[in-house]
Amino acid sequence: MKYLTFATATLAATAAWAETPELIVYTYDSFTSDWGPGPAIEKSFEETCACDLKLVGLGDGAALLARLKLEGARSDADVVMGLDTSLIAAAKETGLFTETAVSAAYTLPVEWNDAVFAPYDWGYFAFVHNKDLTPPANFKALGDSDLKIVIQDPRSSTPGLGLLMWVKAAYGDEAPAIWDALADNVVTVTKGWSEAYGLFLEGEADMVLSYTTSPAYHLIAEEDDSKAAAEFDEGHYMQIEVVGTLAGSDQPELAEKFLNFMVSDAAQAILPTTNWMYPAVTPAAGLPEGFETLTVPTKALLTPADEVPEIREEALAEWLKALSR
Amino acid sequence: MAQSVVPINPVILSRKTGISAAFLVLALILLALIAVLSRAEAGTGLGAGDWAAIRFTATQALCSALLSVLFAVPVARALARRRFAGRAALVTLLGAPFILPVIVAVLGLLTVFGRSGWLNVGLEFLGLPTVSIYGFHGVVLAHVFFNMPLATRLLLQGWQTIPSERFRLAAQLRLTPSSMFRAVEWPMLVQVIPGALALVFVICLTSFAVALTLGGGPRATTIELAIYQAFRFDFDLGRAALLSVVQLVLAGSMALIALRFVPSISVGGGLDRVMPRWDARGGMQRLGDGFVITVAALFLLVPLAAVVLRGLMGLPSMPPTVYHAAGISVIVAVASIFVLLALALPMAGWIVGRRAGGVEAVGLLGLSASPLMIGTGWFIVINPYADPFDFALPVTVLVNAMMALPFALRILVPPMRDTVQRYGRLSAMLGLRGWALWQVLLLPRLRAQIGFSAGLTGALSMGDLGVIALFADPERVTLPLQMVRLMGAYRMDAAAGAALLLLGLSLGIFWICDKGGRWRAEA
Repeated sequence: MKYLTFATATLAATAAWAETPELIVYTYDSFTSDWGPGPAIEKSFEETCACDLKLVGLGDGAALLARLKLEGARSDADVVMGLDTSLIAAAKETGLFTETAVSAAYTLPVEWNDAVFAPYDWGYFAFVHNKDLTPPANFKALGDSDLKIVIQDPRSSTPGLGLLMWVKAAYGDEAPAIWDALADNVVTVTKGWSEAYGLFLEGEADMVLSYTTSPAYHLIAEEDDSKAAAEFDEGHYMQIEVVGTLAGSDQPELAEKFLNFMVSDAAQAILPTTNWMYPAVTPAAGLPEGFETLTVPTKALLTPADEVPEIREEALAEWLKALSR
Repeated sequence: MAQSVVPINPVILSRKTGISAAFLVLALILLALIAVLSRAEAGTGLGAGDWAAIRFTATQALCSALLSVLFAVPVARALARRRFAGRAALVTLLGAPFILPVIVAVLGLLTVFGRSGWLNVGLEFLGLPTVSIYGFHGVVLAHVFFNMPLATRLLLQGWQTIPSERFRLAAQLRLTPSSMFRAVEWPMLVQVIPGALALVFVICLTSFAVALTLGGGPRATTIELAIYQAFRFDFDLGRAALLSVVQLVLAGSMALIALRFVPSISVGGGLDRVMPRWDARGGMQRLGDGFVITVAALFLLVPLAAVVLRGLMGLPSMPPTVYHAAGISVIVAVASIFVLLALALPMAGWIVGRRAGGVEAVGLLGLSASPLMIGTGWFIVINPYADPFDFALPVTVLVNAMMALPFALRILVPPMRDTVQRYGRLSAMLGLRGWALWQVLLLPRLRAQIGFSAGLTGALSMGDLGVIALFADPERVTLPLQMVRLMGAYRMDAAAGAALLLLGLSLGIFWICDKGGRWRAEA
């Protein structure tokens, strides 16, 4: 009898649950983890949407796009969150995304007017080092120094690709010469960000390619103020992370609501200390304590999204040539 | 070769099930490949960069395999000849480097050999020039660290198949240790080494993160990295499939070449007595063995100690979800063991019944297929009909079992061949066949090897990250995946704790199976 009651209760619960609309959002792994923004975002959005928000973590930005291409129009997903500015062109080319009317008073260093994607957070790429080191002022000084750096492979990692675009945006045709000079500074190239950052913390290199916001993690989460990001005077390349709705979504209104939520104060206030990036719209309460200590580059670099694929090809060939010697 | 005197096998073992198992493995790989190709658009062929990657991959794999096996011979010989306190623990720990998640092992190696590692700090202290681990030698060093212990275990198994009467007789003939090696041990090695070489070669073939990180840059690009790039950044499925085929062909041809040289000669019967080694009692022999064991133990255990130390410090900062992930990993590992045994035992039985060892190459294909290719292929197959998330764990279990298959075959086939050659005629006379033959003859006599294979599968499966990452179901995260996620979120300490837990669980499952197999059994 007990079992029967239990079964009935379970069935009833399932039925009630099935009536709630479900919004499926594909995102990268670290967004959904317990220590990432996922749990707080889910709780906050579900308070107002009368829906069930399902965040699905799939590797990183590049893996996300590959997955979408595999699934094509059959995808169950309604929203994709976590592509960045270097992937936008490729994402649009799939024709799987639909336009959005979302807009907000973005506090990005660049103007944002994309009809398909809305930005939710952003950061500057930078070389992170221990404070006892006097960092070089630019790539040229870095190339001339004996400092050892760890970088990520642009063929397998988003920050690695960011560095490629950074050097290209700052130096254009001079980029191969910069890479030639940097070649003897590069201790090694890793598959992804974690390996590189791990090697740096291990003392394998003086600097590692990461973000200007990385020292905030050590400061706020670990109360360790020994890390800093080096400011380069040629400017810093940006990474803007975006969210967009799939054309095949069966919940277009709910999806639009989610996009609006992501740029709202409620979501934006969660991101800085969970995703360790700058919010796309500075929350009313301001940035969390500790962020004021971060290096703020005076110049922001960003290649227009539609020019990325072509420049990437060229920059990758130059990079391979310089570092394969 | 003495093949003409070897009688035709009187026993036909599990031919049908063996062929079915081999067919299943082939089908799993080929279907995935066809699925990927079916979605491919006209892509770019292989460029100069790809050929460079192919050359680098093959060269490093060959060097790593040769060195791993070369070093394993003296270590296995020393371990076979000596009994000392802690020997059992050392033999179990031999499995550890191999089953560690790559990134953890690399960090462990760097604590010792890195720029600010213990070795360089020591050298600096002594006023000597420091050494850099990054480069071709670094890749080979890491691969030897991973695979030399495995090769040692395989060779050690070989030593245990030599009947103790041989050593007894050799001792009565007052053979010197070197003639003993030539007369008794070398014939066994000839039978075991080619398979071990092929296995290590194939493992190193699919290496990716190790080669890139320790190789010091894009010079050290392997085929697997090119496949990864083709899938993720370029989404050039045709190229990915083409590169996967190159990888399969390289592995397949190496396996065929190596296994051709495995002679199917039995080392002869014996009474399964413990093996006293009169030849190894001399002082120099003792000293030599002691030296070899110490050096090997230091090379393997110091980086492991670094992993353990770091992990202990990270344990308190581990979030509770790590334990949940650990539970899922244990379930996957246990399921993989059962699937593996269901595949490996009939396949081994079938291979034993054949003269040439070529069929074993099928097993190696499972290991040489890029996990990313298999995962993507099966994703394409499943996606139109069902939610791939529902298949995350079954696919992981199956792929893990497939990856462990070549190890299991290498462990099971030689002793099974021996058993069949020794007892085959007797069993045939007694009318033993089918299941009864397995029950009475094979399973009891192969207990140690079955336990070892099961343990290795469980441990490998525990640490595997290959396919699950692609199918990753939000609610069913495995421990290695959880560890990678922790690292990706700056939580290196907690990740180190998770790595220690992973190491403990992997070794635990390995120990239980291995010990279970040897319990109250000789060998």
